[in-house]
Amino acid sequence: MITSEKVNDLYSRLYSEAEAGGYHLNPDEEFTRDLIEALLINTQRYGYQSCPCRLADGVRDQDLDIICPCDYRDPDLTEFGACYCALYVSGEIARGEGEVRSIPERRPSQRDRSHEGQRGKGEEEKHADGEQHGGGGAWEKEPTYPVWRCPVCGYLCAREHPPEKCPICKADKDHFKRFL
Amino acid sequence: MEIMHVAGNDHGEILLYTLSTCVWCRKMKGWLDEKGFAYSYVDVDQESKREKEAVMDEVERWNPLCSFPTVVVNQKECFVGFKPKKLLELLGL
Repeated sequence: MITSEKVNDLYSRLYSEAEAGGYHLNPDEEFTRDLIEALLINTQRYGYQSCPCRLADGVRDQDLDIICPCDYRDPDLTEFGACYCALYVSGEIARGEGEVRSIPERRPSQRDRSHEGQRGKGEEEKHADGEQHGGGGAWEKEPTYPVWRCPVCGYLCAREHPPEKCPICKADKDHFKRFL
Repeated sequence: MEIMHVAGNDHGEILLYTLSTCVWCRKMKGWLDEKGFAYSYVDVDQESKREKEAVMDEVERWNPLCSFPTVVVNQKECFVGFKPKKLLELLGL
């Protein structure tokens, strides 16, 4: 049974965690409460907080990328000012200077995800053989993502764009410098 | 598969593939209710595992990313998301 107390509890926890990390919940309280209730429903159904706006597989391993906050939140915040569900929004939208809307799905299709999984598995098997080991350091090849550095506190993150605020010291995005 | 039918004014065949937990899906249904449009929907997350796979095959034919809401208009065209303007355009209204 999802009571309004449970919704309130999760709402205040997510709100303080978001603000402490430089993120913002959608200021539309009714909309956000509906999403938070849906997160609680999914936690009851699946045992983890799967994204309310995506169909969960029900197997945690298959759903890891869509456990809220999902792997796609930050790139969507950067590009659209909101995550896919619009639970998290940019500072601009949180201040009421913009509106949220339905945005395109960034998560690859299941077909592409399973190909990706197969490739990943292949890599592990190669390593298990031992043939691919030897000498190779992590920096031998170009990193998959650029690495950004917060000049205020030295926080490093590997992603397409720096976060809106540094989650450690709350420095603004424009402070970040490309590190690698 | 359990297709729910909502009575209202017939402006064409509107079928929504939705999730009961998805707020954008609720917004799309809410808009249709408010305008009094007749429509049908399937809440895919409420289906049994076996049914879910069959429904998702259907959704994939319209929308390979299988995102929600997938809105199929007159079994001809589709769009994804809460987009009332797009719906009106596809219905020729």
